[in-house]
Amino acid sequence: MSFASTPARQGGFLSLGQIALQRLAWALGGVAVLAALWLVAGHMISSNPKTASYSTFGLIPTLEAFPHMWEEGKIQAASVASGYRLGMGLLIAILIGVPLGVLVGRIKWFAAYSNSPFQFIRMVSPLAWMPIAVLVFSTWNGSIIFLIAIASVWPVLFATAAGLAKVDPAWFKVARNLGASPVQMLTKIIMPAIAFDVFSGIRLALGVAWIVLVPAEYLGVTSGLGYAIEDARETLSYNHLTALVVTIGVIGYVLDTTLVMLIKRFSWHRGGAA
Amino acid sequence: MAIRGTEIKIEGLSQRYPSRKVPTFNRVDLVSPPGEALAIIGRSGCGKSTLLHILAGITKGTEGRVLLNGTAVNGPSPRWVMMFQAPHLYPWMTVTQNVGVGLTFARWGKKETEERVNDAIRLVELQDFAQANVQDLSGGQQQRVALARSLVMEPELLLLDEPFSALDAFTRAALQKDVRAISKRLGFNIVIVTHDIDEAVIVADRAVIMAGSPGDIVHEMDVDLPDPRDRTDPQVQQLRARLMATFQEAANYKKPEVALAGAGGR
Repeated sequence: MSFASTPARQGGFLSLGQIALQRLAWALGGVAVLAALWLVAGHMISSNPKTASYSTFGLIPTLEAFPHMWEEGKIQAASVASGYRLGMGLLIAILIGVPLGVLVGRIKWFAAYSNSPFQFIRMVSPLAWMPIAVLVFSTWNGSIIFLIAIASVWPVLFATAAGLAKVDPAWFKVARNLGASPVQMLTKIIMPAIAFDVFSGIRLALGVAWIVLVPAEYLGVTSGLGYAIEDARETLSYNHLTALVVTIGVIGYVLDTTLVMLIKRFSWHRGGAA
Repeated sequence: MAIRGTEIKIEGLSQRYPSRKVPTFNRVDLVSPPGEALAIIGRSGCGKSTLLHILAGITKGTEGRVLLNGTAVNGPSPRWVMMFQAPHLYPWMTVTQNVGVGLTFARWGKKETEERVNDAIRLVELQDFAQANVQDLSGGQQQRVALARSLVMEPELLLLDEPFSALDAFTRAALQKDVRAISKRLGFNIVIVTHDIDEAVIVADRAVIMAGSPGDIVHEMDVDLPDPRDRTDPQVQQLRARLMATFQEAANYKKPEVALAGAGGR
């Protein structure tokens, strides 16, 4: 589908509107296939006497659960609680990851000294920090935000550093020559030059954070999507469980799409680097 | 735009690197009056680029000093602006934003910036591309943007480090003429480093030849020609031949075995 990625050149072949429609059709088609597989699987589960008690896992019971859960406010409450933890964790990861990434990318000795400890800490599974986080932080919320932050700081940090390493050193020389202060060098030259890489890193971080969030919420807290799933399992409301899984997928998809749009907005690279 | 030039005084300037036995150059003296366009010619490695970087305040000399209107150069300043071999434009900015970037650094107001930037863009004849993405411009147009970005600061001194060497012959010739015309109209000094004799003859009022190891100024010649200068003009060709002979002589004297290689100008 190479022509879909170069719409401008295909003006005479397909209009932009047609391309957008075609993309939408493909997206909906993919979802339809997934739904069909689910439908078939649900049917197989409910028609087999051995598994019939799990029949609410199917597509139809799940769809039926949505309006009910929405009216009760369950989905909204769980999403807001999880969103808050995700947002705080990511914010901390960005506030720490971007400046550290700038240091790693800009200062050679700092990169040399920090490489081993960073790689070491990075390879520790975020969930392995759980017992330590619980000891250190007085609230479950605090521990979960810490886990998200420590899991998602690395993609931000390394993407920032890699972006900086690709920056043309002459851009700094020219800026200094034209009287840029160190702060202006950061805000007018470095940040716009690497915005694309930083957002790419945040996109990766978001994926990691979203994956860490749900299992972290299985423990301790009494709110959020992970807790709601665990609660649904214990009360055997499997259609609620699958509805929550779908909710997690949809929110993740929307967040990722938003970041892809941000990446495109801040990309100055030619040749479709995004 | 009203700019005046500056008196350049280089006094006993030396540059040596600890890793090398021979200094790059040793006790160089040079004076250039306000408004002069000075060409420094020499082969690669004679130290002419280093000299220019010291003039720009980007590099520090080991000994001696550089004075502009009596003030010592101790670092970069918008008063003396350097243009490099490649344009090094900021690809996330439009032509207008690139040209105005120095004024942004100096925190100029929006309206004044706009006026000055428009003036500079008109000077380099890029009005039709003011809002263009710089990545869509040709090499020559990009170098014009870099020139406008330097001119917008209204520098007293424009330092050019082989600024047109990457361009095709037609574009190069046009830009050489333009740079000279603009400098004469606005009155700023030029110091251009080049190994292209033609370039020196078209752009400069005076050419000095650097040669040897350690490098030094071994010859100088006034380029006393009427404007506008054209390559095909017999007067220009005559002076070019004389400068070439002097250049070869200087090169021959120091390193006879490679003199011909240096005579080609590239």
